Amino acid sequence: MAEYLAEGKQPEVLFWVGCAGSFDDRAKKITKAFVKLLNNAKVDFAVLGTEESCTGDPAKRSGNEFLFQMQAMTNIEVLNGYEVKKIVTACPHCFNTIKNEYPGLGGNYEVVHHTQFLKSLLDEGRLKVEGGKFKGKKITFHDPCYLGRANGEYEAPRDLLEKLEVELVEMKRCKSRGLCCGAGGAQMFKEPEPGHTDVNIERTEEALEIKPAVIAAACPFCNTMMTDGVKAKNEEENVAVMDVAEMIAQAEDL
Amino acid sequence: MQYLPNILFLLALVAGIWFFTKNIRKIIRNIKLGRAVDASDHKAERWGNVFRIALGQSKMVVRPLAGLLHIIVYIGFVIINIEVLEIIIDGIFGTHRIFSFMGPVYDALIFSFEILAFLVLVSVILFWTRRNIQKIRRFWAREMTGWPKNDANYILYFEMVLMVLFLTMNAADVALQQGVASGQFTSDAASHYIQAGAFPISGQLAPLFEGLSAETLILIERTAWWFHIIGILIFLNYLYWSKHLHILLAFPNVYFGRVVPKGQFQNLDAVTKEVQLMMDPNADPFAAPAETEEEAEPAKFGASDVMDLNQIQLLNAYTCTECGRCTSECPANLTGKKLSPRKIMMDTRDRLEEVGKNIEKNGTFQPDGKQLLDDYILREELWACTTCNACVEACPVSINPLSIIMDMRQYLVMEQSAAPNELNVAMTNIENNGAPWPYNQMDRMNWKNEA
Repeated sequence: MAEYLAEGKQPEVLFWVGCAGSFDDRAKKITKAFVKLLNNAKVDFAVLGTEESCTGDPAKRSGNEFLFQMQAMTNIEVLNGYEVKKIVTACPHCFNTIKNEYPGLGGNYEVVHHTQFLKSLLDEGRLKVEGGKFKGKKITFHDPCYLGRANGEYEAPRDLLEKLEVELVEMKRCKSRGLCCGAGGAQMFKEPEPGHTDVNIERTEEALEIKPAVIAAACPFCNTMMTDGVKAKNEEENVAVMDVAEMIAQAEDL
Repeated sequence: MQYLPNILFLLALVAGIWFFTKNIRKIIRNIKLGRAVDASDHKAERWGNVFRIALGQSKMVVRPLAGLLHIIVYIGFVIINIEVLEIIIDGIFGTHRIFSFMGPVYDALIFSFEILAFLVLVSVILFWTRRNIQKIRRFWAREMTGWPKNDANYILYFEMVLMVLFLTMNAADVALQQGVASGQFTSDAASHYIQAGAFPISGQLAPLFEGLSAETLILIERTAWWFHIIGILIFLNYLYWSKHLHILLAFPNVYFGRVVPKGQFQNLDAVTKEVQLMMDPNADPFAAPAETEEEAEPAKFGASDVMDLNQIQLLNAYTCTECGRCTSECPANLTGKKLSPRKIMMDTRDRLEEVGKNIEKNGTFQPDGKQLLDDYILREELWACTTCNACVEACPVSINPLSIIMDMRQYLVMEQSAAPNELNVAMTNIENNGAPWPYNQMDRMNWKNEA
């Protein structure tokens, strides 16, 4: 982003990578896949790089409003400094926080989730999505809470999957009644409370009932939780957990 | 002496309404113990929600069978209230079926009341079966023992008895009307029972009364009539102790329900001020507060007791009818954790009632060594929440258990520094290196150079 500023230019969109997309080995693959799609569609985008910091979502959901607002205000200073107008992110948690909780603290941007952005590229004819290797495969989509229930976006990821000509089979609990993967509310960073099973196992079992080739996700944390669930069930040979962006990139052989 | 029934009726009616008003005032007083909250925004959307969600029952039908049965009982409740209006007028003025002058309209009304009363009776019996025979899981959770369990059944018994009384009253009336019409009953008292109404259900029951004298029939009709209206007045006053309050509070509660995206959690203004001050390079950290400034008590962060919650959250607690749809969708509860969003609401109401009683006894609230946190809601419950909003989505009357969980987490973290250790580690990481994991901030772009 600093380079754009130096050249006096504004990118079409700022890609907010997020902590998982930057550091987590599995999620970095999603980042790279999404970037390939952006390049392929000739989108003029920038990232904040080392100037990006945690949005504060896990702090806020943990109850640490102080830390959240410190993170938020620092990020807003940076974003406003670069006069950022539009932000795309592959993480529903970053998406929700910047979209809904930053405006009250002085950060007003147009924020879209990467599935929404890809959908708009598709509609504008800048991105081509074709079946490729996923054509006719049985796929189920796991709704991220912070994209679905929290922000009412159920269709964008499904529209993209349909373009891949997959056989989309819904789980019993889907869309507004979708079951959480177990990572939200900062659960990702702690051990679960005692219970008879883990949430990600419960959800993975539900997904496996469908016997899908791929469990499609749209959140790096859901991705981790479902991947762990599939491994725990010894199904990793048969079932892949993939982000929608990764699936499109693979189908296009990028 | 001939006015004695009228006077007795009026006394019962006034007493019933007086007690009810008294209890409603208690509820309002208790709700006002919470923090004031501005809900003057989104008026159109709020009214839309009232029409769609509350009046239209849109969220009830997410579960089709329970939804259908509930709609029957709901419509029955609303429509049969027209009949109650007639009963009240008759009771005060000693008339009989005062609305019968409406002729065919009256017949149609009574016809619909009868059908509804019967359907309500059937629905309520099915509800009872679901609860007690079928033992649907959400009705048999940890928090559904003792009073909550009995309360639910009492409500169903109340409704069964009221409907049976209503139909009995009508059946005796039909028998009397028939007797008068056929010239069998000629007494003054019997001729009171004019030809009015259409009775598709109780008409079937009338033959049961065949051969009874006019006096016996009048006794049956009057007894049923009196028990029915007295029952309604008792039921009205029972509401205060019952989860059944939702029949009234669901409407305001839906109006005050959330109108922003579910993912948008409120930003604490008190914290914003502090953080702004902290980030202001011109602020003098050692500056003494201005002399003229009022010594305001520093705001408490989050909630440890009901007084720290806001008024909408407390209204939520009184509105909750303990149906358990929230709990049956909660990922934590489904996987055997202690958290149950329904219990959060029930605990809040129980504690609020306790605080209310304390105020009645002492004039003002006297510390009783108890609070909502720990004495009612356990930390283990609070930390099990994934903030997935399934409970908020599931609630048919727009209750938000998640907001209470979040407020209590805020108290634990910001007032007590009592987060689970792993979360403290994650938060320290965010503070130090801008990510919940201990990675170097300078490695953020590494993905760019990896294949």
